[in-house]
Amino acid sequence: ETKQKEKEGADKVQNISTDSFASFVNMDLVQKFWQEYTAQTPRKIRIIDAFLAYMVTTGVIQFVYCALVGTFPFNAFLSGFISTVAMFVLTVSLRIQINSINAGDFKGISEERSFVDYVLCNILLHLAVTNFIG
Amino acid sequence: GSFDGGRRRSTQMGFLQSVQNFRIPKKNESVFLEIVILGCIYVLAFAVRLFSILRFESVIHEFDPYFNFRTTKYLVSQGLYKFWNWFDDESWYPLGRIIGGTVYPGLMYTSAIIFWILNAISLNVNIRNVCVLTAPFFASNTAIVTYLFGKEIRDTETGLVAAALISIVPGYISRSVAGSFDNEGVAIFALILTFYLWVKSVNTGSLFWSLLCSLAYLYMAAAWGGYIFIINIIPLYVLVMLACGRFSQRLYVAYTSMYILGTIFAMQIRFIGFQAVQSSEHMAAMGVFCLLQLVNFLSWMRTMLPGDHFRRLIKLVFTVVGSTTAVAVAIMTATGYISPWTGRFYSLLDPTYAKEHIPIIASVSEHQPTTWSSFFFDLHLLVFLFPAGLYFCFRKLNDANIFAILYSVTSVYFAGVMVRLMLVLAPAACVLSAVAVSSTLKTYMGHLKKPKAVAKKPKVDNTIPIQREIALVAIAGLTLLLCLYTFHCTWVTSEAYSSPSVVLAAKQGDGSRVIFDDFREAYYWLKMNTAPDAKIMSWWDYGYQITGMGNRTIIVDNNTWNNTHIATVGRAMSSTEPDAYKIMRMLDVDYVLVVFGGLTGYASDDINKFLWMVRIGGGVYPVIKEADYLTANGEYRIDKEGTPAMLNSLMYKMCYYRFGKTMTEYGKPAGYDRVRQVEIGNKDVELEYIEEAYTTEHWIVRIYKVKPEENRWAAA
Repeated sequence: ETKQKEKEGADKVQNISTDSFASFVNMDLVQKFWQEYTAQTPRKIRIIDAFLAYMVTTGVIQFVYCALVGTFPFNAFLSGFISTVAMFVLTVSLRIQINSINAGDFKGISEERSFVDYVLCNILLHLAVTNFIG
Repeated sequence: GSFDGGRRRSTQMGFLQSVQNFRIPKKNESVFLEIVILGCIYVLAFAVRLFSILRFESVIHEFDPYFNFRTTKYLVSQGLYKFWNWFDDESWYPLGRIIGGTVYPGLMYTSAIIFWILNAISLNVNIRNVCVLTAPFFASNTAIVTYLFGKEIRDTETGLVAAALISIVPGYISRSVAGSFDNEGVAIFALILTFYLWVKSVNTGSLFWSLLCSLAYLYMAAAWGGYIFIINIIPLYVLVMLACGRFSQRLYVAYTSMYILGTIFAMQIRFIGFQAVQSSEHMAAMGVFCLLQLVNFLSWMRTMLPGDHFRRLIKLVFTVVGSTTAVAVAIMTATGYISPWTGRFYSLLDPTYAKEHIPIIASVSEHQPTTWSSFFFDLHLLVFLFPAGLYFCFRKLNDANIFAILYSVTSVYFAGVMVRLMLVLAPAACVLSAVAVSSTLKTYMGHLKKPKAVAKKPKVDNTIPIQREIALVAIAGLTLLLCLYTFHCTWVTSEAYSSPSVVLAAKQGDGSRVIFDDFREAYYWLKMNTAPDAKIMSWWDYGYQITGMGNRTIIVDNNTWNNTHIATVGRAMSSTEPDAYKIMRMLDVDYVLVVFGGLTGYASDDINKFLWMVRIGGGVYPVIKEADYLTANGEYRIDKEGTPAMLNSLMYKMCYYRFGKTMTEYGKPAGYDRVRQVEIGNKDVELEYIEEAYTTEHWIVRIYKVKPEENRWAAA
């Protein structure tokens, strides 16, 4: 019986350790978020979100590379990194403006207008980035 | 025959009739009125700045504009590429100066573009005239942009009053008269434009307006170092909005896009370069950018997660973000990656800093704290209307009003710290005063309308008697105050701010005007009578003028980027002649130039600036002690009581050579200095190592040639 108790005790310890690890990472938060996200967001927005995730990854990769290899030439790093950050910001703004939840805030801006603004900003951004890359 | 004539006469009659019966449709009347008013304001803003051209001539004023003029001439003659990569070997001999990388090119590009456009349509205007009139032209444009800004803050009437006020406000006129070809002339236009576009982008939340705002910010960053003000006040505004609970998606879109686009644009200017992401002055904007991303992320999460999940998420996020930020900031400050606030901007936060640590910044007269009389002199009526405008803004708080309040309050602080920054306060004061004026007029004008015959429910409160009469009195009073404001502004512009400084004028005893054109005389002499590669040593004030008008190499100029070099010149001016000669031979100096006002009574001469030379020189070379040049009582004297160090210094000798025998005033002994109002101490000045080359007509500028070393083994 002590052996069984020991075994149960060992199982409890194991459960507690996996539980505490899971609660540390907050797996249930992530799961809940994923449930709501897939339920609430329409397909158009999810495509934009995929693009956003891609840009974040590109930015992180550039930053890590710069941290490892060094900052020379700094202007090249800055122009690459800022182009990802800026595109992230602009795409998030596009997402906000398209999202029908926020229609009250953005009176008089149709989807087409949002997209044209977005394209215009991107043109000038990449002009500056190309000039700065050296 | 007569039948056709009859018909022609009837059509003529019809045309006249239609002209007589011409009426603007009612709904377009206000637009017509606005256009007429704005047109008058545009012309007024330009015309009021033309006093100095009418009284003297079309000439560039003061010191700094000569540098801007020289660079614009270079840009126009050599082209964009050569200008962007220009290394100047004619100033700061022997160091040279990288002009392409240390100048704010906005002003030069603006004038060059205007010049090219005018020449392209065969209006062959001289570049000098374009430069002289750039500032008044942009002042007119500033009035229009202020109208738009006022319209965005409140309504059209406020915009019109704001435009009218800023077209003549002395605080702005002082730096934008015709001839004052300086950065502020276009920078204030860019400032108000950026602020207008910022408020517009917050109000609409459209990416288009944010893009325009960041382009206006690029123009401002290209034009003036004061762009730091914009990149700090907009994040401050965002923080205030967050604190007031006014966070909205429009704010997020406006700020994040404007910041990131503005940063990458500003980095294209060579002078700014990497400072936009590295210097402490830009850190606030970056911090608020990250904060806003976080706030937006959390507000999005709130729609995704139910209540208590969200609370746990907030706790997690705060611990993670807080610790990483603290660690990152600690590492970056410890390794010195983030540079501390530089001297000029640090002295804005701690006004006493410059006087103790950086005497060069403290010596510039524009950097002194502002006196109360300056406030009234430069703003007049606006000083009183400004708080009233604040009150009216608070009454009807919205996103745009909060920005106006924040801008005004911060600019009041900065205008109090440095006289030069009155310029930033002037537009804020105009806009807020316009709010006060237009709100007051609206209230009282409503009472003036005759009540309709039909007895509707009266909107006007009938318990106060004689309302129409009180309204008339109030409106008349306000009109009178505005008329007084106009008279004051015109008088101030005419008397105080229209002098070219290069050309001086004075009234003689019989009332006629005498012109002192000594500066240009001296620089022209240099241009015509010295070798093309001659090096001129003078105090840094005159550097830009010597290179601009005399076209000769100089040792130090107004850019003051190298304190040690200036201190070397200061030491040379304060030392005895043999010591100074050694320094001048080391610097390859051929001519020395001093400005002397003792004969004419011109007060801004080198003897009055001499103590600053001693202080700056003594700051780097301990052999120069300020106490040696002051009497036992601590006074600065140049008469018989003056100290030996003072009376034997190179500056003294150069200024008073041959002055001991000159009669300056009736009834006073020879050698009477009209500025210091004493008889000079050492009247027999003898020069050993320099000789007099040229003295201008009224002795204001004196040029001395440095003698080459004597031949060795000279015939005995």
